[in-house]
Amino acid sequence: MGDDRKIYFDHQASTPVDPRVFEAMIPYFQERFGNPSSHIHTEGVRANQALDAARGQVAELVNSETDEIIFTSCATESNNLGLRGFLKANPDKGRHIIISEIEHYSILNQALKLKDEGYEVSTLKVAEGGLIDPEAVENAIREDTALISVNLANSEIGTIQPIKEIAEIAEKHGVFFHADGAIAVGNIPIDVKELGIDALTISAHNFYGPKGIGALYLRGGNNISPIFEGGFQEYGMRSGTENVPGIVGLGVAAELASIEMPKRIEHLQKLGKMLWKGLEEEIEYINFTGHPIQRLPGHISFWIRYIEGESLLLMLNIKGVMAASGSACSSNLKGADEEDLAASHVLTAIGVPAEFCSGSLTVSMGKDNTEEEVRYLLDIMPEVVEKLLMMSPLYADKLRGKDPYSK
Amino acid sequence: MTDKAFPYSEKVMDHFMNPRNMGEIDDANAIGDVGNPACGDMMRLYLKIEEDKIVDAKFKTFGCGAAIATSSMLTELLKGISLEEARAISNKAVAEALDGLPPVKIHCSVMAEEALAAALKDYEARSGGNGSN
Ligand code: FES
Repeated sequence: MGDDRKIYFDHQASTPVDPRVFEAMIPYFQERFGNPSSHIHTEGVRANQALDAARGQVAELVNSETDEIIFTSCATESNNLGLRGFLKANPDKGRHIIISEIEHYSILNQALKLKDEGYEVSTLKVAEGGLIDPEAVENAIREDTALISVNLANSEIGTIQPIKEIAEIAEKHGVFFHADGAIAVGNIPIDVKELGIDALTISAHNFYGPKGIGALYLRGGNNISPIFEGGFQEYGMRSGTENVPGIVGLGVAAELASIEMPKRIEHLQKLGKMLWKGLEEEIEYINFTGHPIQRLPGHISFWIRYIEGESLLLMLNIKGVMAASGSACSSNLKGADEEDLAASHVLTAIGVPAEFCSGSLTVSMGKDNTEEEVRYLLDIMPEVVEKLLMMSPLYADKLRGKDPYSK
Repeated sequence: MTDKAFPYSEKVMDHFMNPRNMGEIDDANAIGDVGNPACGDMMRLYLKIEEDKIVDAKFKTFGCGAAIATSSMLTELLKGISLEEARAISNKAVAEALDGLPPVKIHCSVMAEEALAAALKDYEARSGGNGSN
């Protein structure tokens, strides 16, 4: 089916492990397999050294102190540790938290759970481009606000939030501020000191590191409680034997990102501009989503009137292009039943008409994508769109002068 | 283990990529126009019925891969059969003819069944008023 071309445009979902990262990890599976808690023998000491080195590399990437980095198993765990861990350690800080309506499920579902436990949750609305208004954050803060958590960049629409402004407000009111940097860290410059945030979620597999490893930056002076009971690893804040090969991989991925970031960003911005311009010229019924400027480099998201998201994605996949869709129809193929078909909360939040199930397509490019690949996507898009328009009863209605999108 | 490249069966992918009977019938005498409350998708089914026999069937669908494939398969099943046989076609039959659908996509085949029911009802309404045509 289709030709053998394979173009991966879904880097917000995951990235391939860089060969240099993979190389660095290999010795830690068999030769240097020691447990860092075995302080007394050579293998243990070496494992500890590896941990220290990686902690330094991650700290360097986000400009934190070394001992402000806690390794976890993934971004979801970091998000849980950041919120739950803080609330557990600071029960006197109040029973109110603030998040936005376009958070990742690891924040949204925690908020639901916290509500069950008696917390109050304010969920901030976003503007059309997906931006959170810092003023709205300030207005939402109450006497008993314990924490604020917002995503640094959104994976579906690419919007980068005004983190510094929000952090200033949080600081002014003495509220703990966690930013979910899962898809941002390693891809755009992030300096925790300059931003002034208290906690930051870091995910290795979103910047050419392995899956199964993440980190939480926690500003010195803040207290959190572990969410698993166990030993004393990670300053007592995250028990469990460390995933040493994963940590080494995260460290090297962080180092490579520190060094190569300007070059990667320049390349991705070029590809992004090329795709944006090309689509704008060729696809008549396109609507771009997210913020036009404040967005991740190489990240383009859009929806097309009269066309349903999954069918578009599926056709592109047949032609060898892998992208993502926020369409309710495609995101939950593995769901148990149609209850799982809720339209994307991010798309509804920014005003995409959910009633037509028009999924937004997310094309997220990576450092190894090429201009030739972007050109290929631009070449096949018009034909694919035309085919789906011909099938669409909504488009047929539009041609008869009954446009379902104009009220 | 063969490498699976698509989320659907080969038959679904085939009907999705090469939909049979896609389009409209200008002189259709039965039209079923339904929306899917579960997801907001839409299917429009056109039938040409002569002497209690479906002589032609076409569709237009706004929906996921499963919705397009079930629409296509439904029109294949309908062409050339009697109204009585058509009434017996269930969403399960359409899904089975496609070698099955993922559980979360069963409702897409329900949309096809509903489009058929709506078209048959439309036919009855049209022919009921002025006897047989
Ligand atoms: S018809 Fe909407 S998900 Fe299949």
